[in-house]
Amino acid sequence: MGLTKASVGKCAAEKGIKNVKRKGNEKIIALAGNPNVGKSTVFNALTGLDQHTGNWSGKTVTNAIGHFKGENGEEYCIADIPGTYSLYPVSAEEETACEMICFGKSDITAVVCDASCLERNLSLVLQISEISRNIIVVLNLMDEAERKGIRIDLEYLEDSLGLPVIPVTAKKKKSLLALVKAFGEGEKLFEGRKTIHMEYGEDIEREITLLENMIKPSENDCNIPYRWISLKLLENDERLLEMISENYGFDILSEKARETASESRKRILKRDDGETIRETLVSCVMKKASDICQNAVKREKEKGAVIQTKLEKLFTGKYTSFPVMILFLMLILWITVTGANIISDALGKVLFGIEPYLKEFFVYLHIPRFISAPLIDGVYHVLAWVVSVMLPPMAIFFPLFSLLEDIGYLPRLAYVLDRPFCRCGTCGKQALTMCMGFGCNAAGVVGCRIIDSPRERILAILTNSFMICNGRFPILIALASIFFCGTDRSQSVLSSFVSAGVLTVFILLGICVTFLVTKILSVTLLKGIPSSFTLELPSFRMPDIGSVVVRSVFDRTIFVLGRAAAAAAPAGLIIWLAGNITLRDMTLLEISARFFDPLGNLLGMDGVMLISFILGFSANETVIPIAVMAYTSGGILTEAGNTAALADILISNGWTWITAVCVMIFTVMHWPCSTTLITAYKETKSIKWTLLSFAVPTLCGIIFCAFINVLLTIITSVIN
Amino acid sequence: MNEYIRLNELLPGEGAEIKYMKNSVSIRRRLYDLGFFEGGRVKCIGASPLGDPRAYLIRDTVIALRNKDCGEITVRRTN
Repeated sequence: MGLTKASVGKCAAEKGIKNVKRKGNEKIIALAGNPNVGKSTVFNALTGLDQHTGNWSGKTVTNAIGHFKGENGEEYCIADIPGTYSLYPVSAEEETACEMICFGKSDITAVVCDASCLERNLSLVLQISEISRNIIVVLNLMDEAERKGIRIDLEYLEDSLGLPVIPVTAKKKKSLLALVKAFGEGEKLFEGRKTIHMEYGEDIEREITLLENMIKPSENDCNIPYRWISLKLLENDERLLEMISENYGFDILSEKARETASESRKRILKRDDGETIRETLVSCVMKKASDICQNAVKREKEKGAVIQTKLEKLFTGKYTSFPVMILFLMLILWITVTGANIISDALGKVLFGIEPYLKEFFVYLHIPRFISAPLIDGVYHVLAWVVSVMLPPMAIFFPLFSLLEDIGYLPRLAYVLDRPFCRCGTCGKQALTMCMGFGCNAAGVVGCRIIDSPRERILAILTNSFMICNGRFPILIALASIFFCGTDRSQSVLSSFVSAGVLTVFILLGICVTFLVTKILSVTLLKGIPSSFTLELPSFRMPDIGSVVVRSVFDRTIFVLGRAAAAAAPAGLIIWLAGNITLRDMTLLEISARFFDPLGNLLGMDGVMLISFILGFSANETVIPIAVMAYTSGGILTEAGNTAALADILISNGWTWITAVCVMIFTVMHWPCSTTLITAYKETKSIKWTLLSFAVPTLCGIIFCAFINVLLTIITSVIN
Repeated sequence: MNEYIRLNELLPGEGAEIKYMKNSVSIRRRLYDLGFFEGGRVKCIGASPLGDPRAYLIRDTVIALRNKDCGEITVRRTN
């Protein structure tokens, strides 16, 4: 659910900002490290920004840029880079990371490490140390390491690496003071240190020297060490060599350079195999990391291991994992439904209560009716609706979901669900992107970058909108409580249970359709066998409840609401105009509703609903308010904020429970909103896939709705 | 105890040393990143409810791998 301005807004477009613009005397700091070591937490703590964090690998898929001031007012620009295990990128997001680390021209590279599994993190530190001298090792999660009984000899580590090592616990802001201080020291910090030098054995070293001598004199000077370029030449890493020549104008791809490197490889291996050389180099790095850790890390008895094991058994056990999954889903939905109803009603009363006063105020100002009517009955009315119906479910749902995310439940979900996904020709990581789609489909589509295989990534993008986002959530909540909970809705506990149950059914429907469509696509348009799959299961972490709530409400909720409101205001105006401009005694709305009636009826709905969905293209949040305005012909509505009034309007316009079911199905399956489509285009860079991500859910919706409509109509007429 | 087996034949709770890896290049790179390399130590710690993938402890982290990929990795049990 990486739902922030950075993930769906303008920044999402700037994929792979290689060269951060330097403002004045600003120093640029790159925040690198393995996935899920808390880079974003460090970033947030330093900048006061709210880049979204979560306890799973691949949370950050784009670079985020922030600014902060040091102790003496020095200015810093800091880049939060997606996590990467090594400088050998496998996925798109890792490529972004490597490009930034290798060619980002940062003044300092702060490599954030997880103190509780130092060995793996050190490999990356060692690899980066071959390119850059100005590295600070930031040992994060010191508290978790302590809990696991891991003690780190900081002095030894600092000496053997020849790099400054700073222990922090990024959750606690105070612990970062030492880091800020280190940034302030600048060059002095690195003076007099003997930075570690990786050695690769006699044979390879000889060839490195040879290659180094070949490239050194011929080319213009650059910051990248020649030794590192020689290594890359030796490995014959196409992509990186291209990047080097792109970024530094190095003529590294010349026939001569390649031939020399090939000769070198043959001398080492007796054959020309860059990949084997690469593996030899990596093995050396890993052995070195292992050696350092052997002396630097002391292990004692782990605390809290019992709880970890118990949670693991509960979440991934043979008999408990699936019930727990459904239970979590239902529980979250139940709390959301119950809480949202109460707040919604209260908010609606206030906002719609203001309306008459607003009108009087306009009259007092002598503003003519033809201006005030569209503004109040159109814009304000729809806005008030969106706020009172949208805000409460989001404000409850987001924090709850963030809690699950922070504990570390999401990767377990991918772990448990990988088998069924594999059967459908893709992988369990799609479960993660689906969860993000639960919040916002645009964020879900961006999140698909965590999937390594391009084929599986496109499958995940095409099917993401089957997960109902927060914009569509209130439609389901409202309809479920009106049509499936009897008359005393929102009063009894039982009815809210039923309501949550109905919601769960529709979400499960979305999940089933995702599986079905994924399977169909993977044997037709996107043929292929599932690629390999690796997934890190992080330790469970205690979430910081206070910050979760604050972050979700003030960052994501407000942001999503703002976006919805921005779409709702013009939609309100358009619908008011359409409802009030008449052509041959019929309003434009009636004319178009009548035009869409046949198709709407076929789908078990009516023309008005279809138009509402079409106009809701800019934001699904506006679907219900548009429908309500259309049903009441743009006339003035009092107290339309609560569900009871909505029920009366819908039922008096011929809605039955069949209509409700069809509208709910169509809510789950129809075209994605405009933001999601634009994002899909940016991610796939292909008009074909973008059009398909529009067509696939739309087609499913039409087929399902028509089928269910016919089926239910036949059944009810037989029974009667 | 010393016979060579496939990684997916390792039972939960058992440890092993990695001997050969026949995986194709792209997955091999990822496995290397995570610490799976010839000579590395690995321990199986559990399986997902449907039996596949399984979870392995390697270099202090838990990594889930599919049985299909593990079938390409030859290991020798250790105590």
